[in-house]
Amino acid sequence: MDKPIPGRRRFLISTAVVAGTGLAGALGAKIHDGELGAPPRTYKGGVPWTEGQADAPPGVSGTDFKFFTPAERVFIEAAVSRLIPNDEVGPGALEANVPFFLDRQLAGPFGRGDHYYLGGPWPKGTPEQGYQSRFSPAQLYRAAIAAIDKYTRANFNGADFAKLSDDDRDKLLKSMESGSLQLEDGVDAKTFFTMLLQNTKEGYFSDPIYGGNKDMAAWKMIGFPGAHYDYREWVTRHGEPVPFPPVGFKGRPGWNGET
Amino acid sequence: MVTTLKPVEAVIVGFGWTGAILAQQLCDAGLEVVALERGPWRDTSTDFATGFAQDELRYMWRHHLFQNVSDDTLTIRNNVNQTALPMRHLGSFLLGTGVGSGGVHWNGQIWRFLPSDFLTKSHNEQRYGKKSVTDYDLTVQDWGVTYDELEPFYNQFDVLCGTSGKAGNLNGQIQPGGNPFEGSRSAEYPTPPMPQTYGPTLFGKAAAELGRHPFPHPTGNLSQPYVNNLGAQLGACTYCGFCEKFGCGNYSKASPQTTVLPYVMAKSNFTLRTESEVLKVELSPDRKHATGVSYVNSAGEEFFQPASIVILSSYVLQNVRLLLLSGIGTPYDPKTGLGVVGKNYAYQTMSSVNVFFDDKLINPFIGAGALATVVDDFNGDNFDHSGLGFIGGAYIAGMVTGGRPIEMIYTPQGTPAWGMAWKHAAAKNYLRSFSLSVHGSCMSHRGNYLDLDPTYRDIHGRPMLRMTFDFTDNEHKMSDYLTDRAGEIAKAMNPREIKLNRRTGSWNVVPYQTTHNTGGAIMGDSPANSVVNKYLQSWDVPNVFSMGAGAFPQNAGYNPTATLAALAYHSAQAIIQQYLKNPGPLVQA
Repeated sequence: MDKPIPGRRRFLISTAVVAGTGLAGALGAKIHDGELGAPPRTYKGGVPWTEGQADAPPGVSGTDFKFFTPAERVFIEAAVSRLIPNDEVGPGALEANVPFFLDRQLAGPFGRGDHYYLGGPWPKGTPEQGYQSRFSPAQLYRAAIAAIDKYTRANFNGADFAKLSDDDRDKLLKSMESGSLQLEDGVDAKTFFTMLLQNTKEGYFSDPIYGGNKDMAAWKMIGFPGAHYDYREWVTRHGEPVPFPPVGFKGRPGWNGET
Repeated sequence: MVTTLKPVEAVIVGFGWTGAILAQQLCDAGLEVVALERGPWRDTSTDFATGFAQDELRYMWRHHLFQNVSDDTLTIRNNVNQTALPMRHLGSFLLGTGVGSGGVHWNGQIWRFLPSDFLTKSHNEQRYGKKSVTDYDLTVQDWGVTYDELEPFYNQFDVLCGTSGKAGNLNGQIQPGGNPFEGSRSAEYPTPPMPQTYGPTLFGKAAAELGRHPFPHPTGNLSQPYVNNLGAQLGACTYCGFCEKFGCGNYSKASPQTTVLPYVMAKSNFTLRTESEVLKVELSPDRKHATGVSYVNSAGEEFFQPASIVILSSYVLQNVRLLLLSGIGTPYDPKTGLGVVGKNYAYQTMSSVNVFFDDKLINPFIGAGALATVVDDFNGDNFDHSGLGFIGGAYIAGMVTGGRPIEMIYTPQGTPAWGMAWKHAAAKNYLRSFSLSVHGSCMSHRGNYLDLDPTYRDIHGRPMLRMTFDFTDNEHKMSDYLTDRAGEIAKAMNPREIKLNRRTGSWNVVPYQTTHNTGGAIMGDSPANSVVNKYLQSWDVPNVFSMGAGAFPQNAGYNPTATLAALAYHSAQAIIQQYLKNPGPLVQA
């Protein structure tokens, strides 16, 4: 029996042998990011580790919209501002920059349905069978926004959804939530509503690197300290307020001399 | 073209917990071992370092460490009268993939099943009569292995993980502070229990006032640094609250990465190939012997890996599918009740109770995957079921695994899911609420099973696995009874209000429940009622061993990992001490 060796980084010996697959050049390229298609590898002789590599989160850049058309952006702003409205208690989804978050999500792997099985056939399932659409999330948003505007133009004197009163928008959103609203062009209103509400909450509460949760204001509203790492001293301080302001992956205002 | 590789003594299919354990055991016995893993390599410092591990969006909601179902999923339905459709997105369970697999993103809840759990049929029959195990078309069985036989191997897993906890029954003596209902342990836990935060403490106090027996949850989130028997070092948990569904950046959660891999990866007789998906176990012409496995890698290259022993250590669902695709054992037929492969698929019956305070700051973000105070008074057969109309039970845990805000904001009964009222309820209750978890058993049932789908295929052209499952009246009655017991404890905590989240209706694939799928490759004492014997050896092809919770004939009210690890160690010992000397059936049919 071999002598046991201690663990952890001291023994992270880089001895990966890249299999001769023609993909060997991928070593050093972007490492596996949860998607498919990483090259096959053979490992022998120790725990592999490559200097300078980390599967760091992707983040987003820019301020322009890449996925939503101007008309779609107007719809999304009108919808998410009703899902999470603004007041003095905390930001609304609009103030938290959720539309921008949604735009970047839909322009990327999530929008493409990279973690959805979309193969056929596509019969309508039971509610218990979950998502059964042929649409990727991006396709669903595009089709649903058009179908909802088509519906409101037919039923509200030619007005787009965004032109409706707060009350009318709330009523329509409720009818989507309950599944009573029937849309055309193969769009299931309830399926879209479920995804829109989930994604809106994601943009509201996820780390600001993804473009939403502006100024970590949603975390401040509820009292979540964010990507804080070590609470050991607070474990047995029962019922005491934890005074840390929230922190994201890129730190927080006040770090590095910022205000 | 298929390339035939150099033969090895053992090939391991799937490199999560049981694959890592078997690799270590067989390599130490001197065997030449190759492990094949369909996903990528993963290590702490590269893949989930503390600088970016606490990312709720990426790991939980974008499934960064989970199986990507875009090219291979399973089909699902509640009963044989429905058409099964693909699970197009993960929900109810979060399947693992890659090195370490679910062992990377599990909670670290380390439970032993009760001695009576291994005797589900005979024990309940004897205490409550024959009808108790056949009502509702239940198909429960005894395991063919006992708690006493597995105890040393449970202990082996505790030593590997450094499990933090307090024994309640040490060598038959009930100990203060532990679980008085547990089976006798031969050793105390390797490390002391985690100190408890406010929510679990309030739960424990209320439970004790009601005469229950609270104790700290046994956990693989370590209370203090630990060096295990293989020389691997684990650190103390920092309660960051990103544990289950996440990789631990702090080397504090027991996982294959933190406990086995530093040791086994350095063995000269061990080789790991990643991005290599096994398609089939190949059999000899008489179909009584496996010659090896066929696999394809992510470059599309096909291989045949000859091996003297085949260890199936992929997840339950893949193991059962490989058995079916390879023609090992007779597939189960729910109409006749004959056949065994795919039989007795079961799950876990979950419900919860939310507790809302006005005056108490729970600070739910201070959490860990198995940070809880628990009562086991109503689990298994720890209580008299006479007249209740069900068998089985659940543990009730006052548990705070974290306060991740997309997933874990609790709002009172009647709160809408959106709008100003939702926002105000979230802002008001986030710091002042938490959840009691009711973690229930799931008995096996004639209509719940796994087979191959007739319509849907994966990218390799193989039929997908088809899951036919629903909760039976036994589970609904058990869950209602247990949720009421949890509600009593919740009320005794004197909160402003509580909310009971009962288990109602048919099984639904959408909301997350647990990744505790069991059965389909069940163990037992005869080939007529089981796929594998007590050593997890195939009755039909004795050089194939099928690891994991697929061996559970029904599921107990506990998390499965320690039990499937104990079964793996038990199997490894039999392979090394008996099978290698005399290859063939370890139990005569």
